[in-house]
Amino acid sequence: MEGGSASGSASTLSNNENVLVSCEDSSSPAENELELGLTLSLGGERRVSYADDSSSSSSLSSRASVTAGIKRTADSMAATSGQVVGWPPIRSYRMNSMVNQAKTLAMEDPIKNRTDATKMRMFVKVTMDGIPIGRKVDLNAHSCYESLSNALEEMFLKPKTDGHLEAGLKILPDGSSGLVLTYEDKEGDWMLVGDVPWGMFIGSVKRLRIMKTSEATGTAQMIL
Amino acid sequence: MDLRLPSKVLEHILSFVDSNEDRNSVSLVCKSWFETERRTRKRVIVRNCYAVTPEAVARRFPEMRSLTLKGKPHFADYNLVPDGWGGYAWPWIEAMAEKCPSLEELRLKRMVVTDECLEKIAASFKDFKVLVLTSCEGFSTDGLAAIAVACSNLRELELRECIVEDLGGDWLSYFPETLTSLVSLDFSCLDSEVKLSDLERLVSRSPNLKSLKLNRAVSLDALGSLLRLAPQLVELGTGSFSDKLDQEAVSKLSQAFSEMKELKSLSGLWDVLPEYIPLLYSVCPGLTSLNLSYATVQMPDLLELLTRCSNLQKLWVMDLIEDKGLEVVASSCKELRELRVFPSGAEGLNDTNVAMTEQGLVSVSEGCPNLESVLYFCVQFTNAAMVTIARNRPNLKCFRLCVMEPFAPDHKTQKPLDEGFKAIVERCKDLQRLSVSGLLTDKAFEYIGTHGKKLRMLSIAFAGDSDLMLHHLLSGCESLNKLEIRDCPFGDTALVANAAKLETMRSLWMSSCCVSFGACKLLSQKMPKLNVEVIDEHPLETRPDSSPVERIYIYRTLAGPRLDMPEFVWTIQKNPEIGVSHLAIK
Repeated sequence: MEGGSASGSASTLSNNENVLVSCEDSSSPAENELELGLTLSLGGERRVSYADDSSSSSSLSSRASVTAGIKRTADSMAATSGQVVGWPPIRSYRMNSMVNQAKTLAMEDPIKNRTDATKMRMFVKVTMDGIPIGRKVDLNAHSCYESLSNALEEMFLKPKTDGHLEAGLKILPDGSSGLVLTYEDKEGDWMLVGDVPWGMFIGSVKRLRIMKTSEATGTAQMIL
Repeated sequence: MDLRLPSKVLEHILSFVDSNEDRNSVSLVCKSWFETERRTRKRVIVRNCYAVTPEAVARRFPEMRSLTLKGKPHFADYNLVPDGWGGYAWPWIEAMAEKCPSLEELRLKRMVVTDECLEKIAASFKDFKVLVLTSCEGFSTDGLAAIAVACSNLRELELRECIVEDLGGDWLSYFPETLTSLVSLDFSCLDSEVKLSDLERLVSRSPNLKSLKLNRAVSLDALGSLLRLAPQLVELGTGSFSDKLDQEAVSKLSQAFSEMKELKSLSGLWDVLPEYIPLLYSVCPGLTSLNLSYATVQMPDLLELLTRCSNLQKLWVMDLIEDKGLEVVASSCKELRELRVFPSGAEGLNDTNVAMTEQGLVSVSEGCPNLESVLYFCVQFTNAAMVTIARNRPNLKCFRLCVMEPFAPDHKTQKPLDEGFKAIVERCKDLQRLSVSGLLTDKAFEYIGTHGKKLRMLSIAFAGDSDLMLHHLLSGCESLNKLEIRDCPFGDTALVANAAKLETMRSLWMSSCCVSFGACKLLSQKMPKLNVEVIDEHPLETRPDSSPVERIYIYRTLAGPRLDMPEFVWTIQKNPEIGVSHLAIK
């Protein structure tokens, strides 16, 4: 198209502006100005934590989630997932409606609001030393320690890319494999899993941690 | 020989060019085309209110009639952005009031709008016609009254899921008797009851009214009389659908619905009682959009309704619909384009009582050939299901799967959901929006980076193993425009290595990841056209470079650093003396 010459700066500016002041992007080449060799060493553990009411947990990000401007929906959060801020990702407006409706429905149909413990899920957080991301396990899906232990081994010790369980890695109460399962109880103490009857355990466990036996110090308070 | 088109001719030609994308291209041809285009553009859209200054926009487009603005990042919807972050409408309204007093339409999303803003609008724009506020907050019903009383040519007033300080229902009474131009009214998010007689009079004198969305406080009885006054409605949002009506009232309501020959969209239906569902049967065949996401109706009661909605294109529903209900959708709603299934949530309604699994979505993907947009909340999913869905529906444009349990694997094989999402991005070549969930390794993101070439928006939570994940995305997804990530274990390396990519995107959000303060500083220094905002409620000045920050929000901008940052938002301009000397360089 012939015509007046495009003024360089005006076009560049308007192009940038266009990109910002409308829908579509222009496709500018992705120049990598930075050397790939530049890396930053990150001190400290990387840990993803949940914003539990109970936990004063380790990472800054968890504390942040707790304090991060939870405006109106603290109640609704507790009513639905109760564990993580902003999860599941449902708009506050809808959350509030859901909570109100749940209350209405519960009043109308008490059968649907069963609190039978065998039907309710009981998720507790499980972390394993050396693995940055925690998992959650439904304790009500198990009726004994062995079942729980097997489930945790499936979750943590089975490498994700292939199906082979590393031979010999088990979470044993005596820690002879190098790994031991501990839990934090209602009083905030860390105990070895397996010492008390299952029912009592269920009643007092708040979260689980698979520790390396080299770090376990028995009755000493664990600092996360 | 002068080959230039006379500007009058160009103007005439441009009057047929509606798309802003085309207009952007036109503006780049040469200076005179730039000038002609900018003087004739009527509809301006700014998708990040901090990317340009209001003055710059007003200066460039003096003939602006319609302005659309978006403020806070998307994750603000889920309370991840602290109060007071920003997104204020005031500077824009002030600038437009001064430079573009002919402005007629304002559409704001996720912005802070005060009563002062609304009063300014009412006072400044003589021919104001359209106000649409979506997910906004900061104003009260007094502000609405100001709009109602002053805007004598008002056509549309829509409040979509706003947080409004509700001081009562009087605001509606401020619409003068002379206002007859109303086309659309949506006050569904307000709590207070409005005076029914005022509402009836307003509806009666609005012959052009096409869309009416009531709030929950409007009773079923009142609905009947309103429908009789406005049988021409194309969109209806009911109020509460649960009052006990006598037989006569019920049959009158049924009659009113059957008179509504133009109705295409139905929503509201709060607390709808199963025995009232048949009232809707007469309008079902005409419906293209049905929002049942606030209707706590159980599956059996929904089936009959759904079988009659043969022209439905958009369905929003709760997981109470169950797999069985979705099978009915699959066989009855052959025109379906968009499906959203929301969780019914709270204890007592949770998954142990609701039989909705991945199978429901699979059925819909099989039965509905035009399905292109999906939002699906469920408790668990499988790779096989996603593979099937991808095979059935390669025409998917938007796939948002929310497996509600973080890190949940394929519930049949216990494997990560990598292969499932791989199938989705591989097969659905036009996929523009994707939300992933469940247990995912870096592999999933390698697949997305390799295949997601048209992907513009990506949302990720609780996923991945390392920086590789982010690197795959930033280096592979060519069309990536918005990326939002929470609770993933990485940050620095990939971010810094792909910094240039960030200028080609609208924005990047990362929260509860492992991005260090040092990386933020480095990015800020290297990329002056980006605003790198660190949103962290703990003081940063004394933090070591290696400490992770709570949230970062990075966006490209021509406006430079913004001047309205609260204490908890840091950018390098706030403390320019903090250098990057402490970084460890390998």
